[in-house]
Amino acid sequence: MNNIKRIKVGMASCGLAAGAQEIYDILSADLGDKLEGTGCIGMCFREPLIEIEFTDGRNLTIGDVDPERARLLAEKLTTEIPEEWIIYDTASKEFAKQPYFSKQHKIALRNSGIINPESIEEYLEKDGYEGLKKALKMPGDDLCQLILDSGLRGRGGAGFPTGLKWKFARRSQNDQKYIICNADEGDPGAFMDRSLLEGDPHAVLEGMVIGGCAIGATMGYIYVRAEYPLAIERLEKALIQAREKCFIGKNIFGSSFDFDLEIKKGAGAFVCGEETALMHSIEGDRGMPTLKPPFPAESGLWGKPSNINNVETLANIPWIVFYGADKYAAIGTEDSKGTKVFALTGKVKYSGTVEVPMGSTLREIIFDISGGIKNDKQFKAVQIGGPSGGCLPESLLDTVVEYKALNATGAIMGSGGMVVMDEETCMVDVAKYFLNFTVEESCGKCTFCRIGTRRMYEILDRISRGEGKMSDLDELEKLGHQVKNGSLCGLGQTAPNPVITSLKYFRDEYVAHIEGKKCPAGVCKELILFTIDEEKCTGCTLCARNCPVDAISGEVKKLHLIDQEACIKCGKCYDVCRFDAVIKE
Amino acid sequence: MIQMLEELKPMLAKYKGERGVLIPVLQDIQEKYKYIPPDSVAVISKELRIPVTKINGVITFYAQFRSEPVGKYIVRICNGTACFVNNSESISDTLKEALKIDVDETTEDKLFTLEKVACLGCCSLAPVIMINDKVFGKLDSTKVKKIIEKYKKEQPDE
Ligand SMILES: Cc1cc2nc3c(=O)[nH]c(=O)nc-3n(C[C@H](O)[C@H](O)[C@H](O)COP(=O)(O)O)c2cc1C
Ligand code: SF4
Ligand code: SF4
Ligand code: SF4
Ligand code: FES
Ligand code: FES
Repeated sequence: MNNIKRIKVGMASCGLAAGAQEIYDILSADLGDKLEGTGCIGMCFREPLIEIEFTDGRNLTIGDVDPERARLLAEKLTTEIPEEWIIYDTASKEFAKQPYFSKQHKIALRNSGIINPESIEEYLEKDGYEGLKKALKMPGDDLCQLILDSGLRGRGGAGFPTGLKWKFARRSQNDQKYIICNADEGDPGAFMDRSLLEGDPHAVLEGMVIGGCAIGATMGYIYVRAEYPLAIERLEKALIQAREKCFIGKNIFGSSFDFDLEIKKGAGAFVCGEETALMHSIEGDRGMPTLKPPFPAESGLWGKPSNINNVETLANIPWIVFYGADKYAAIGTEDSKGTKVFALTGKVKYSGTVEVPMGSTLREIIFDISGGIKNDKQFKAVQIGGPSGGCLPESLLDTVVEYKALNATGAIMGSGGMVVMDEETCMVDVAKYFLNFTVEESCGKCTFCRIGTRRMYEILDRISRGEGKMSDLDELEKLGHQVKNGSLCGLGQTAPNPVITSLKYFRDEYVAHIEGKKCPAGVCKELILFTIDEEKCTGCTLCARNCPVDAISGEVKKLHLIDQEACIKCGKCYDVCRFDAVIKE
Repeated sequence: MIQMLEELKPMLAKYKGERGVLIPVLQDIQEKYKYIPPDSVAVISKELRIPVTKINGVITFYAQFRSEPVGKYIVRICNGTACFVNNSESISDTLKEALKIDVDETTEDKLFTLEKVACLGCCSLAPVIMINDKVFGKLDSTKVKKIIEKYKKEQPDE
């Protein structure tokens, strides 16, 4: 017990959802002041997670901590911890070679899962607010130049050089300017920004104050998705602490610089992630994008010059200012500098957040760091960039992560969502899913975005029901280009990407639906058939008892039969049969 | 209407004379009533001098705002990408079957309302649902049925 320095429980949203609070409570009875909550540890797939820090520097990460394990742990801490509980042990010989650690490079996530996000003291111990201190002594022009020299590009999707954006905003003359943090993270299946806000809220606040200092803004807004209550709570706490320490407010660090911040909650509209829409939403209006120019740097929120940056972009800023532009620019490729955070989900073994240097390959991220595909299934595609991005096949897994190389594939870097798909995912179904998302989220202002995407959705729906024609594929491509060119904002301009990329890389699957009337992945309900194998069926009756619509008949120990008219293709019989007697085709 | 005015007056006071307040005001009202009562629109309009058409425009634009009363438990099914590829469709079917309602409907006993959302940010636990403020992850049909049974039986206060 004495050789234990600290025990940390991962208490980000996903940890809490997995029961981290209960674990914390159980442990706190025995461990009291050595126990602490922290943010996303990164290995979200083994939640609830705890990490034990020993006085000699050894670190143990333990996963799947249920109440039973927690109770045992509280007892066992003096003795040994069972091998199978341990995910990582820094004292083990293999540790240094684990690609999970050796291939990652944490800058934006430098404190996530390490410090207690609710303690400003712990942030300060990690050189927190030192970047701001330095920034306050620099002329604004130099500060913008420093960020430009670092090569940092916007992590919200578009990848615009941050230093350049700051220069534009700095150049705009006005009595009031704003800096805005885009924490709307609307891409469904991505949670990098949530992890950052929950794990290290001060890094984002500090980035904003530095940004304010650079462009001459004295007021900032953080626009956060309403679906992220914990992120909002931690930001609110952090804001109070930063105010108490005078890092936010009047005469920051004794300088003449004043800066204040306000948190705004979103109200559930994806399009509000678009910068002009977001500003209209802060103003209290419907979040509809408007034409640029004027750019926000000239006329943004309430008509004042405004600079908007993504959460991850801002979290990098304090590090860059403190350690220098060179240090950041030394990481990455010619085209893209620094690191990028990705959220891996879907059929990948180790889902969670990872941060890699630019220039890493998709294969390294998906297979080396994240363990490859769950249940030893076959990799089929990785979806990058959400509804604006694309699905890339196996043959492109050696593509490096940088803006240029990813754009060349037809996908985009996007904000960092990577959804991994296996042989049981149908690409037509996925394309249909994203189109449905766009149809629902389009603000309706542009005809092509509103109607064109709906037309595309209808075609995909037809194909998935086996009623498609080969000419539909050309029609999809044609409509895709029209929607891209006829839309005002990024939502419409990129909405066809998932369809266009999947047509490019998975055309065979579309053809199988159209000409063969088959869904190779066995997903599209209209195209699959469940039958029972005469040879294998033992007549155990399990399927019949599980069928929700009583479509299966047969006596005990006799062959069972599926009534195709009644079957709703739910697949339950296929899942429950223990003799592999149900055939899906 | 008069009663609504009395109820909302203190809440609206702090927003008077401020700009960009409509969304936070509606969020406060929804927090209190779990939906936006039609009467409240007139009150906001009068107190904060915002045209009714604008208020209704904002309510209909944002998915968060509801114009109908809801059940005690709001069951939100995640329909984000990660949940989608992990078969959230079958979770959704199970819930509809167990509660005998469709999405955006409320059970007759006013206990459950079913909603769909795009990503709750716990994608690594996909498929995920949220009941009021509590998140449930790594679900399958059996687990979902059990959770709903538990809520039906125990009816915990939120
Ligand atoms: C439909 C749409 C949704 C967007 N959603 C987000 C988002 O959730 N978060 C984000 O940071 N940027 C989002 N963006 C990009 C922003 O418009 C903007 O480019 C970004 O916040 C700028 O910050 P950055 O330069 O630091 O990346 C979205 C853009 C579009 C067109
Ligand atoms: S492209 Fe779509 S979302 Fe964007 S402004 Fe036009 S209609 Fe609205
Ligand atoms: S579960 Fe399988 S073995 Fe049993 S009756 Fe059904 S098909 Fe036959
Ligand atoms: S797929 Fe579903 S509905 Fe069809 S027979 Fe099997 S269990 Fe019944
Ligand atoms: S480890 Fe749980 S949020 Fe990542
Ligand atoms: S996709 Fe369901 S929680 Fe993100």
